[in-house]
Amino acid sequence: MEHYTVTFSKEELARYNRHIIIPEFGLEAQQKLKAAKVLVVGSGGLGSPLLLYLAAAGVGNIGIVDFDIVDDSNLQRQVLFGVESVGLAKVEGAKRRLQSLNPHINITVYNTQITSNNAFELISGYDLVADGTDNFPTRYLINDACVLLGKVNVYASIFQFEGQVSVFNYKNPNGEVGPNYRDLYASPPPPGLVPSCAEGGVLGVLPGIIGSLQALEVIKVITGVGEVLSGRFYSFDALTFESRTFKIRRNPSNPLNGDNPTITALIDYEQFCGMKAVERKIKEIDALELHKWETSGVDYQIIDVREPHEYEIVNIGAELIPLASVVDNVAKIDRKKKVVVQCKTGNRSGKAIRELEDKFGFENLYNLKGGILAYIRDVEPGLTGY
Amino acid sequence: MATVFIPTPLRKFTNHTSKVEVPGGTVMEVIQTLTSTYPPLQRHLINADGKVPSFINIFVDDDDIRNLQQEQTPVKSNTIVSIVPAIAGGLK
Repeated sequence: MEHYTVTFSKEELARYNRHIIIPEFGLEAQQKLKAAKVLVVGSGGLGSPLLLYLAAAGVGNIGIVDFDIVDDSNLQRQVLFGVESVGLAKVEGAKRRLQSLNPHINITVYNTQITSNNAFELISGYDLVADGTDNFPTRYLINDACVLLGKVNVYASIFQFEGQVSVFNYKNPNGEVGPNYRDLYASPPPPGLVPSCAEGGVLGVLPGIIGSLQALEVIKVITGVGEVLSGRFYSFDALTFESRTFKIRRNPSNPLNGDNPTITALIDYEQFCGMKAVERKIKEIDALELHKWETSGVDYQIIDVREPHEYEIVNIGAELIPLASVVDNVAKIDRKKKVVVQCKTGNRSGKAIRELEDKFGFENLYNLKGGILAYIRDVEPGLTGY
Repeated sequence: MATVFIPTPLRKFTNHTSKVEVPGGTVMEVIQTLTSTYPPLQRHLINADGKVPSFINIFVDDDDIRNLQQEQTPVKSNTIVSIVPAIAGGLK
């Protein structure tokens, strides 16, 4: 649909009045928004503000790709969801919220993981993609698919206190195509250097800031208003409040669209990055359930992967095997009965379980959710917290 | 002394310092001094070929050193050197 054929109802005109009265924006930009088709990949931390603002602003056709389910631990930053969405597919929770925010737009949801097999099909019907995913294989996949299909990729990424934004593969009014992710980062970091948000954490408000900037760039690309963040790379540090905008250029040796392209189809991105796009979920047990095991005679082993000085402060009678020595002590971990692994809050024990599963094929390990602190809170409040 | 901005993922190797004043006439000299102060940084900033690995971008003021003189890009006393690694978070 060309934007000049777009019309608005009386309700829509009232709704978008504050856009339409901006002289540089006007009715025409609003028409372009209504005619636009935007695919948002990931409806989590970045996707939440991004989708809320795109829907509120009147982007007429929004596709959402996500395969995850809303979890309690999402609500600290994924402001698209409330308590009533916990347990729902994210795309479903998102659709309900956005449709109630703006009934004048079309929302299409894809409750699936984007992969090399479906990326072209998912993206080809849209004008541009906004990437709010959380792992390197999917970042490279979306980048490559956008370059190969000639779509703009509005990119944002976060880690702990740090955020990045850029607009990739943008064709300016002179027909010149700007840099893409591979111009910036020819290869991903080795697995383990940059942990995921699930492991490394993220300050809740940071995706709000960065996802809003991403929404801003989506709107600028669609409407042609302002200077798009193409050929530039924005970096924000929430701790120091340093923000910088760097100049970036295309790299002639880019294998996608440099001087001698070698990538002409989507590849195996998990192999390219040496890591899985989706981390396998590990089994969990909460403190109350563990307490039931304790009192009902369930035969299990419990391992504490904290450091000895922490163990001295407080312990729940587990066998102490600090995280760094888990691999060397693998023989001490039972293969047959259920094994609960605990630390202070559940992070280190999660790492231990992943390592034991990956390297030794364990299938009987349970992570104590919330660690010993949750146990103290829910089962034995008399113990010393720290 | 150039000012080097250390990104979040690498601050665990710099005692959580985000900004370091480092002497040196080129980007490589700055990195070498930095990694001699914080040895665990070395494997993240210099690869086996003695270059900055491709998942790290180094900007001198606003410019990517790949568009200047790579690791030999001159650094002045008021230069800001930013280390910007690839990060991938967003969804979870």
